[in-house]
Amino acid sequence: MLVLAAAVVYVVSAPLRGGRSGRLEAEETAEHAELTAARDAKYSEIRDAELDFRTGKLSRADWKAQDQALRAEAIAILRRLDTLEGREDGGGRPLS
Amino acid sequence: MLTLGRACLILALAVSVYGVGASLYGARKGNRAWVASGRRAVYAVAGSLLVAFAVLEAAFLRSDFSFELVAGHSSTTTPLFYRFTAMWSSQEGSLLLWATLLGLWSSLILFLTRNKLREVAPYAAAVLLGFAAFFVSLMVFLETPFARTLGALPAEGVGLNPLLRHPSMMIHPPMLYSGYTLFTIPFAFAIGALVTRRLGAEWIRSTRPFTLAAWLFLGIGVLLGSRWSYTELGWGGYWAWDPVENASLMPWLTGTAFLHSVMLQEKRGMLKVWNVSLVLATGVLAILGTFLVRSGILDSIHAFGASTLGVPFLVLIGVLVAGSVALVVSRSRDLRSEHRLDSVFSRESAFLLNNLVLVGICFVVFWGTFFPLISEAVSGSKASVGPPWFNRYITPLALILVLLSGIGPAIAWRRATLANLRRTMLGPALFAVVVLVALLVGAGVTDKPLALAMFVFAAFVTGTVFQELWRGVKARRAMSDDSVPMAVVSLIRRNRRRYGGYIVHLGIALLFTGIAASSAFQQARDVDLRPGQSARIGSYVVTYVKPTGEVVAASNGRLERIDLGAVLKVSRDGEALATMRSRRSFFPSQAPEFGPISRFFEGEATSEVALDAGVREDVWTVVSPDVRGLLPSVKEGDRVFAAAREGGKLSRAEMDVLLVQALRGLAASYASDPPAATFRLIVSPLVTWIWLGAIVVFLGGLTALWPAPSGATRRVSAAYAARVARELGRA
Amino acid sequence: MDPDRKRTLRFTIALSCALLLAGALVYTSFAGASEARSPSQLVGAAKVGETYELTGKVQDGSITKDGVTTTFRVRDRDGNVSVPVTYTGAVPDPFREGREVIVDVRKQGATFVGEKDSLVTKCPSKFSADEQS
Repeated sequence: MLVLAAAVVYVVSAPLRGGRSGRLEAEETAEHAELTAARDAKYSEIRDAELDFRTGKLSRADWKAQDQALRAEAIAILRRLDTLEGREDGGGRPLS
Repeated sequence: MLTLGRACLILALAVSVYGVGASLYGARKGNRAWVASGRRAVYAVAGSLLVAFAVLEAAFLRSDFSFELVAGHSSTTTPLFYRFTAMWSSQEGSLLLWATLLGLWSSLILFLTRNKLREVAPYAAAVLLGFAAFFVSLMVFLETPFARTLGALPAEGVGLNPLLRHPSMMIHPPMLYSGYTLFTIPFAFAIGALVTRRLGAEWIRSTRPFTLAAWLFLGIGVLLGSRWSYTELGWGGYWAWDPVENASLMPWLTGTAFLHSVMLQEKRGMLKVWNVSLVLATGVLAILGTFLVRSGILDSIHAFGASTLGVPFLVLIGVLVAGSVALVVSRSRDLRSEHRLDSVFSRESAFLLNNLVLVGICFVVFWGTFFPLISEAVSGSKASVGPPWFNRYITPLALILVLLSGIGPAIAWRRATLANLRRTMLGPALFAVVVLVALLVGAGVTDKPLALAMFVFAAFVTGTVFQELWRGVKARRAMSDDSVPMAVVSLIRRNRRRYGGYIVHLGIALLFTGIAASSAFQQARDVDLRPGQSARIGSYVVTYVKPTGEVVAASNGRLERIDLGAVLKVSRDGEALATMRSRRSFFPSQAPEFGPISRFFEGEATSEVALDAGVREDVWTVVSPDVRGLLPSVKEGDRVFAAAREGGKLSRAEMDVLLVQALRGLAASYASDPPAATFRLIVSPLVTWIWLGAIVVFLGGLTALWPAPSGATRRVSAAYAARVARELGRA
Repeated sequence: MDPDRKRTLRFTIALSCALLLAGALVYTSFAGASEARSPSQLVGAAKVGETYELTGKVQDGSITKDGVTTTFRVRDRDGNVSVPVTYTGAVPDPFREGREVIVDVRKQGATFVGEKDSLVTKCPSKFSADEQS
């Protein structure tokens, strides 16, 4: 029983004692993660719109219009990502 | 071992309280070390609870009657499988199961998000640890699973309630609890997202898989309970609008609504307040469901008697509701919609309507379930509403829901023009009309308009799904030259959420068809038959061929039960179709005031249902043997054995042998000279479609849940990135 | 019609439908519910033709079966006042003397007739606070 308690205390306090988890893992600021997720969601939307067109729910004209609008939104997200990554690369340590 | 178990619980409590503090401190100070420690606290809590779980299960498996729980819920005659599952047939054991599952799922999600959702995850961890602390406190302070048996160690345990000896019944609680605990995860992450004001795409992406998994598990749990009721209990139905059934259905309904409305937030930034409220409500309803079974506040076949847990749960639910409302209101600025509804004829509109219907159904269920308490508050006396009241409102709502599930896949986002609608809905609508005509002409269903409407709508949904599949396959083949089967596979693989969803809709259509048919066209009779007599039900003739009587021993040689039953023959138009066997099993009571023979008729009795399930209809029957004729012999037997025991001339072993002989004689006398037995006969059409539909729903959910192969996503993302980049260059 | 007015109109329609449904729900639940009664509450005050939800314990020695019809008496949980109940159809598996039952009944002459399939018997000791069966 004491063994279990000791093990738990050891494992749980490890980060506080600067253990293995102090190692630098792939860093991602909250902003970056949000933009990546938004970009992937936008790509899904673009693909979904195309599938909607091919299964007959959208006319070609409607699809073209939606596709253009979605791609513009995707470009905007990519631009913001670029700015963020540029700042991170230039600035050195990523924001914690 | 008892102390080890108790110590594990105390350890889990201490660590979870620490974890709440560490996570919150780490989150506020931005200190990743404390956050990581808080996350490890979750793992540690899960670990401690697993050890406690293992200790308790081991006690059950070896029938250690020094554990009060084991003595009260298991016995040496209980088969191994049911000894394992007897643990959660008790209040305390089921709490431990709930807490352990919570620990496991929480550990999983915090592990998966350890490098993501940096700001939200610590708050979510704190909420999950808070839930863990609550449940473990209940076990440490109020209802401990590790109580020692008082007094002398009993030679034999009370045994598992025989009604619970059904494989389904034993997967049903873990499934249900997994569903409930999995729903607390999106709840926790929603709280975290609200606190940190990060309600964007990342929150959705990380918590959707868990919401979907929770939805899947809870749905399976509900269906398993329903199937158990149909195949095991002696009333022949699968849903009674019982408060506990309703309690498990409500979070599932709001969860379904959320899975749809979250797509609106993803695509159009709409309904943020609605979405987050749905997630919070689902979490609260999951806790409410857990509470309802064990509180005793409502009369139900599951819930009974008062328990000491009612008040703590009410406090928890109060805190959750108040906290959720306060958070949502205080963050309402961050929850403003980015876009509005463009047109009534759009997928957005269909989703909105679907949400309203689902929440409407949930409200009806909620009102009906809690009505005894509401009426007591209003008029001072408890009054309850029965299944007819529920059906009156839920049937039309369910019809609208099924219709919408056909419209949704076939309508475009933002704005659908009439031409588009014609192109996508014409085929399925025609199919539905064909089915309508066929049913009117062929099957004579004109006097059940609601059922007929359900069949037609379900046909429409089926048409839509197959049309979508067909067109998608055609589109794929135009681009890639695959064979048809390959195209189907790759189409579904590349569009898992969409086609998984369509398969779920198909399953729902099948399921509701089965429900409509078996409710509207069921025929049921209760009859008294002597051997040789027959009864007519529907187009079948059921004949009571002969009685059966048998004494059954458990795997360790001890007497388990007496079975008295019947063999029946089912025929139609003179042609014999099936032989069915039904029986009633009489388990002995352990109470000392009963004699050795009469205790078999004073304990629990379960029915073994005879079911001839078919794709078109089920023939269901159960026998209720009349044991009154045996009672004089039973009394005589008790007298004889009491005298023999007092005389002291026979050893215990010899008495046991004579007991078996006496019981065998009793069973044989029933079989040789049986009185009339009561039979319930039911013919229900399309019940099998309910279970088939459920399997299809499960497969669809699994498809939607399956993670896309990362290679494919990367390839696709790269291709699109390249194209968008080209445009970037041009722009 | 400009979009804002359209939106307000849609919202009003949706809200009205919801309120209508809620109103129907509330009304029919109060009008159509069966009041829960214990045997002592039922003995004096039962109105002929009204359905009540009777809760209580099955009185020892009171169960008799005649074909598909079972007759038994239900008494107060803690008390001796009991009423006779006639129930047609199969009884649930756990049904026996001394068990707590819930059954929807209607007064008919000197006895109370149980509604079909409304008899619910509580399994003893599953989640109760104290006793042992």
